[in-house]
Amino acid sequence: MEVLTPRSLDEALRLKSENPQAVPIAGGTDLMVAINFDRIRPNAVLNLNEVPELRGWSRANGTLRLGAGLTYAEAMREPLAGLLPALAEASRTVGSPQIRNRGTIGGNLGTSSPAGDALPPLLVAGADVVLASVRGERRVALGEFVVGPKRNALAEDELVTAVELEPASAAETFMKVGPRNAMVIAVVSLALRAGEELRAAFGSAGPVPILVRAPRDDADAFPERVAEAAAPIDDVRGTAAYRRHALRVLTRRALDRCLA
Amino acid sequence: MSTTLPLGRVGERVKRVDGIPKTNGEFAYSSDLFAAGMLWGHTLRSPHSHARIVEIDLADALTSPGVHAVLTHEDVPGQKRYGLEFPDQPVLALDRVRYFGEPVALIAAEHPEQARRAAERIRVAYEPLEPLVDPERALEQEPLHDERWTHGHGYRDDPRPNVVRHLVIRHGDPDAEGAVSVSGVYELGIQDQAFLGPESGLAVPDGEGGVDIYVATQWLHVDRDQVAPCLGLPPERVRIHLAGVGGAFGGREDLSMQIHSALLALHTERPVKMVYNREESFVGHVHRHPARIWAEHRADADGRLVSVRMRILLDGGAYASSSTAVTSNAASFACGPYAVANALIESTCVYSNNPPCGAMRGFGAVQTCFASEAQMDKLADALGLDPVELRLRNALAPGDVLPTGQRIDGSLPVAEVIRRAAALPVPELEPLPREAIRLPGGAGNTTRGEGVRRGVGFAVGFKNIAYSEGFDDYCAARVRLREDGSAEVHCAAAEVGQGVTNVILQVARTELATDDVVLAPHTTASVDSSGSASASRMTWMAAGAVQLACRAALEERERTGGEVDVERIYRHVRTSPLDPETGQTTGERSHVAFACAAMRVVAEVDVELGLTRVVWIGTAQDVGAAVNPQAVEGQIEGGTAQGLGLALMEEIQTQGGLITNASFTDYLIPTALDMPPVESVLIEDPEPSAPYGVKGVGEPPTVVSTAAVVAALRDATGRELTRVPVRPDDIVGL
Repeated sequence: MEVLTPRSLDEALRLKSENPQAVPIAGGTDLMVAINFDRIRPNAVLNLNEVPELRGWSRANGTLRLGAGLTYAEAMREPLAGLLPALAEASRTVGSPQIRNRGTIGGNLGTSSPAGDALPPLLVAGADVVLASVRGERRVALGEFVVGPKRNALAEDELVTAVELEPASAAETFMKVGPRNAMVIAVVSLALRAGEELRAAFGSAGPVPILVRAPRDDADAFPERVAEAAAPIDDVRGTAAYRRHALRVLTRRALDRCLA
Repeated sequence: MSTTLPLGRVGERVKRVDGIPKTNGEFAYSSDLFAAGMLWGHTLRSPHSHARIVEIDLADALTSPGVHAVLTHEDVPGQKRYGLEFPDQPVLALDRVRYFGEPVALIAAEHPEQARRAAERIRVAYEPLEPLVDPERALEQEPLHDERWTHGHGYRDDPRPNVVRHLVIRHGDPDAEGAVSVSGVYELGIQDQAFLGPESGLAVPDGEGGVDIYVATQWLHVDRDQVAPCLGLPPERVRIHLAGVGGAFGGREDLSMQIHSALLALHTERPVKMVYNREESFVGHVHRHPARIWAEHRADADGRLVSVRMRILLDGGAYASSSTAVTSNAASFACGPYAVANALIESTCVYSNNPPCGAMRGFGAVQTCFASEAQMDKLADALGLDPVELRLRNALAPGDVLPTGQRIDGSLPVAEVIRRAAALPVPELEPLPREAIRLPGGAGNTTRGEGVRRGVGFAVGFKNIAYSEGFDDYCAARVRLREDGSAEVHCAAAEVGQGVTNVILQVARTELATDDVVLAPHTTASVDSSGSASASRMTWMAAGAVQLACRAALEERERTGGEVDVERIYRHVRTSPLDPETGQTTGERSHVAFACAAMRVVAEVDVELGLTRVVWIGTAQDVGAAVNPQAVEGQIEGGTAQGLGLALMEEIQTQGGLITNASFTDYLIPTALDMPPVESVLIEDPEPSAPYGVKGVGEPPTVVSTAAVVAALRDATGRELTRVPVRPDDIVGL
């Protein structure tokens, strides 16, 4: 297996263009598990850990830009945690401290799992995903970026470089149900932002994370609307019936938290 | 590796000799072994739970890069089958595979990845067969085995197909009527030992046709006695050496890679290392038997048990392993630690195409304790009695007779453990608001107190110590006493993390009255069998053997004056088989001794989401006499965690016999956030027949904690919760 380690974004995009089969790796918390389980055997990996442009976060004209290499541990730290509280809460639910130190927002987007913990908070924040290649840069709304379970809109020469979103202007929260009290993949998760509009997004209750919106006045009917928007399945982690039920409970509790 | 000892005599709190190296990462586990010039072994396994093998084509694999050997059943030079008790399991599949992951072929290559790639080039033509996956239908289906492997061993030779063992215990008049009667049906899923160190080891050919196998196991000599006949070698040419064990819990009683690595090593004349990955480990060892249990308990108006009827169905999976003994143990402890004059217990284990099951901590008693303790709570409810009071009224005591007809003549302080556990004060309710991690759902941040109810549960359990039914599981120890007064102890007792190394050293120091004692490497080459590090027996048996050998060495030195080297064998009291028709003991006893534990659990349950936080556990355990109280507490906490895991989350899931959650992502074990602090009270009521009065302590906490945790959940939710692990759906009522 070849390891390509670019030192700049330009070099990374060039390498990706020249080696479209190279699998990007940052924290490796998804990829290394897949390799260990022998599910994939990439001939090359593109190590993005030495690309400075992907690190950290910034704020310009009110818009937040989170680098694809932003770790969960970084998302939990102030002042970012105060600007995006639901993302910080979601990050706290990810794996163990070691995983949170390694795993990145960009990796969560790249994997595009229906259970990706960062996706629901980014959805309620109206995030755009920034994709780049040697051909240039484009922005795709997160809801359009994830197109199926572990499938997304990335072209084979593209990398996720950042997400752009507005800081929370209203109360928001994130909750995740798992079969034990820490270190779980979501059985079902929910992010809710209660501004002028109610926005809820859930994970692990359909092929892709889904955003549900309603006017603030419709709060009473909202839990049912969220549950109805789900398309859950039975799998080893939980039943479809439970996931739908839990979404109802979580949405009601999230509304109580955010509208209080 | 010989071990130098920190000081400590019997009864003292001593730090574990392996504690620091295991904590700082220096300890060498069996997966860390290395030999110059070694090859890597890999196992090709069946993707089917039941299929006929039509053809195996090795041509492409043999020419694959780096490959030194590709072996099938045709290359097994000796016996083609092996087994812990019955040789019903092929070393490599013959013409049929009976479970998902059954070994079919072996590869040795320069690099593990080359071995894996070569495995993909082996073409096996399978003809899939309908898998037998419902144990209730097993008795009417085509037999999975052509031979009746478990017949002719003194059990009831049940003529029905696919019966591994069927045991009926009839005691008194099971039809006796009581003032109240409660009944229930209970179910347990398949639990895995989930040891962190996967199956691994190294086989080194000795250049003279023999082989040395370094492996993580629970019983060196029984491994040797199974490996040698399959290699076509006399036992002395197969030497098994204990490598660092990363947990066992019964899952290393059966062989995994021992024969396979030796076959490859002898074939290639090179050392061969094998290490299972996590997914492979889930098919690399036997699991806890899943069970379905029907129970009816009758009591008089004062709450005294009149009659217990129980029917236990265990799914043994594809091969027998230790299922016959588990079947009997489940029946023996079906009534719990209570005096019952009349009982009818029927215990049946069947073959199926589900994952093979065998030994796991608690060994049949876990399953029946879960059912029996739920029944006791139901009975208390029906009688309007306090559950603790009901248990006290029925508590077994020395002199009482068990349903097998055995009179308890050793120590068994059931009432004492009940009283002491029930007297432990439960923690007060923590006020809200709380950090998310101190609420059900934990780090998931799912509640700030909404839907949360508190419950308190209580349970009592007991289990046998050492092997039963006439099994001669002796233990040997050898002591070399030098002229300078220093000593070297040889004992094959496997250190599986339970702390037997410290026990051996503490005993030797105590008996020899010197701190200058070392423990030699554990190997079949220098000392006779120790028996298995199983059945809560190793402390008792090793202490007995080391004590005997030390005393003999001192006497010998007294006589001869010079350096002495003596080996002695320790045996516990003899046991007798159960009568195959009545289930009554055919001698004075079928079990050696017993140990009991009572446990109180406080849990908080989010009844709307079905999530749980166990807040606190208090337990009183009958430990005989603690050799090392700190290690005893460690065993109680670890054993409790394993039982809590079964109560709340641990289950191997299958579809058509295929395991669907073979990873630590989806087979979940408790984290530090799931396991509460444990308050342990050690009840020291010395066992008269044991050295220093000791009892094994590893299993009682596991036996009782599943039942106790679910009792707390029932109290919090008001639901019956008859199946473990309890699913959120069960709590919510979906």
